[in-house]
Amino acid sequence: MVAQNVTIPAKAARTSTVVIAFAVMIAVLILGPLPPLSLYPVDLMRALCFALFACAFNLLIGYGGLLSFGHAMFFGWASYVAAHLAKIGTISFPVWVGAWTWIVIPLPPLTPELAILGGTLFAGILGVIAGSLAIRRQGIYFAMITLALAQMMYFFALQAKFTGGEDGIQAVPRGQLFGVIDLADTMAMYVFVVAVFVAAFLLIYRIINSPFGEVLKAIRENEPRAISLGYRTERYKLVAFVMSATLAGLAGATKAIAIGLASLSDVQWQMSGEVVLMTLVGGLGTIFGPVVGAAAIVAMQTQLVGFGQWVTIIQGVTFVLCVLLFRRGVVGELAARLRIRL
Amino acid sequence: MFEIFGIPSTALFGQLLVGLINGSFYALLSLGLAVIFGMLNIINFTHGAQYMMGAFAAFLLLDYFDIGYWPALVLAPVIVGAIGIAIERLFLQWLYRLDHLYGLLLTFGLALIIEGAFRHRFGSSGLPYRVPESLQGAQNLGFMFLPNYRAWVIAVSVVVCFATWFVVERTKLGSYLRAATENPTLVRAFGINVPRMIMLTYGFGVALAAFAGVLAAPIYNVSPQMGSELIIVVFAVVVIGGMGSILGAIVTGFGLGIIEGLTKVFFPEASNTVIFVIMAVVLLIRPAGLFGRGA
Repeated sequence: MVAQNVTIPAKAARTSTVVIAFAVMIAVLILGPLPPLSLYPVDLMRALCFALFACAFNLLIGYGGLLSFGHAMFFGWASYVAAHLAKIGTISFPVWVGAWTWIVIPLPPLTPELAILGGTLFAGILGVIAGSLAIRRQGIYFAMITLALAQMMYFFALQAKFTGGEDGIQAVPRGQLFGVIDLADTMAMYVFVVAVFVAAFLLIYRIINSPFGEVLKAIRENEPRAISLGYRTERYKLVAFVMSATLAGLAGATKAIAIGLASLSDVQWQMSGEVVLMTLVGGLGTIFGPVVGAAAIVAMQTQLVGFGQWVTIIQGVTFVLCVLLFRRGVVGELAARLRIRL
Repeated sequence: MFEIFGIPSTALFGQLLVGLINGSFYALLSLGLAVIFGMLNIINFTHGAQYMMGAFAAFLLLDYFDIGYWPALVLAPVIVGAIGIAIERLFLQWLYRLDHLYGLLLTFGLALIIEGAFRHRFGSSGLPYRVPESLQGAQNLGFMFLPNYRAWVIAVSVVVCFATWFVVERTKLGSYLRAATENPTLVRAFGINVPRMIMLTYGFGVALAAFAGVLAAPIYNVSPQMGSELIIVVFAVVVIGGMGSILGAIVTGFGLGIIEGLTKVFFPEASNTVIFVIMAVVLLIRPAGLFGRGA
């Protein structure tokens, strides 16, 4: 390997641009629903959930170099679990003890924070299983394995009783946050979603800039070398995968409560493709890129909602253009032009 | 009629036949993917869309030009293969020096465009394509009825698969191909036009997909989304078999088709997912895949 001439910007300068960009993002989130912008809060919440989903996905590809083509399974299944917990509560699942028997845990409909927690936990467990299978192969196979596992989870969602098949779980109640704050009020719900998003965003920022994040980047750049330095790269990859899956689950669960719907479209392979596109448009491996990308794609979908198949075609064209001409994405390009890190 | 394991034999053999048919398509498609991956180092996500284009090419040739099944079986792969070559020249050739992932993303984007465009033009419902007259009817084998067309699909798939294997593994041209897969720079130094070989390889892989599409047209309805669901299963097949060996791709394709067919008889709820479950088990036991030479 030729040693590359990398100029490391002074820590202070790097931090200040990130702080400014973060302040801009918060300002947009506060001003968004107010006049003169008066953006529809439900659209904003949708965009925020997808932004979090894309940030979680970016943690894996942007910093770990692992392309998962099946992240919809975490997003979609977490949203099913959260929706079910918030609407019905009672959990029942079959266990093999010589014969299949159903274990039933009777629960009342849960408060939204517990429902979201449940969905997120489920995505984390699913992440452990899917991750430990997928990291057994590298590169292109990793992408194919995650895609195949996600398709399997899609079929499970299609066949399971509680998911409601083609109908999904509709009219999920938003409920009372901590049993106190009524989230039926859209602005209260919006503030809650913003809080979840900002907390998760800061957590991801912390992970990226931790020693763990540095090892992850080292693995992305040169895995054999990281191994020779004594790092157990599989463990790092698995932990990154599980964190990414869990956060993707948090996004899906929050979306189910905020929008009041968990449906098959959230677990389909198209959704896995969409989150890749969002991250790619915004900029792989940038902190703010996935947020910008998600906002752009959600805005495009809302604008083109009556145009049917054109949405798919435009998404495809965006993929092709990004890969051929614009691999750094919006934020990556901006950062490169301004010689800063975003 | 007799019973095997408590299952009526007609149901068992019927599903075995369906499994063999599906296995033919798995084998043809995973073979194309493996050949393309070997030369281009790109996983061709457009493969499903190209399979669908093959079926549509046959349908449109009949609809607009009154060209029947037999000429379409040759023409459709040629047309779609030519489109594939154009795709390689226009888009893919710029990606060979980049990370594999970009090839996957680009071909995924192309698949979205093609599928979206066909859906826009033809809608989502399937269009029927008639079985050619010479292959209508069925044979009574005593224990089951074997429709002639299905027998033809299985036979021709086996022949095409082994012909491909023979060309790649046993001919001069194939040896160039394998050498260029191992070390393109060195092969180029021997005066062989490697970029052209890459281009033609892609065209050939795409033509195989289109050929499978024409074979599938009379069995399934011709519809824009017929490829996208199939390609994900084929990816799982490729993970199970590993892309190192052509024979491996063929054996895995047919084998998994049969297993899927049998699952439909014994445990129908799992028939959609059995291949993915097998993939998970194979990853646990033999991470490199059944015929793989390491990831």
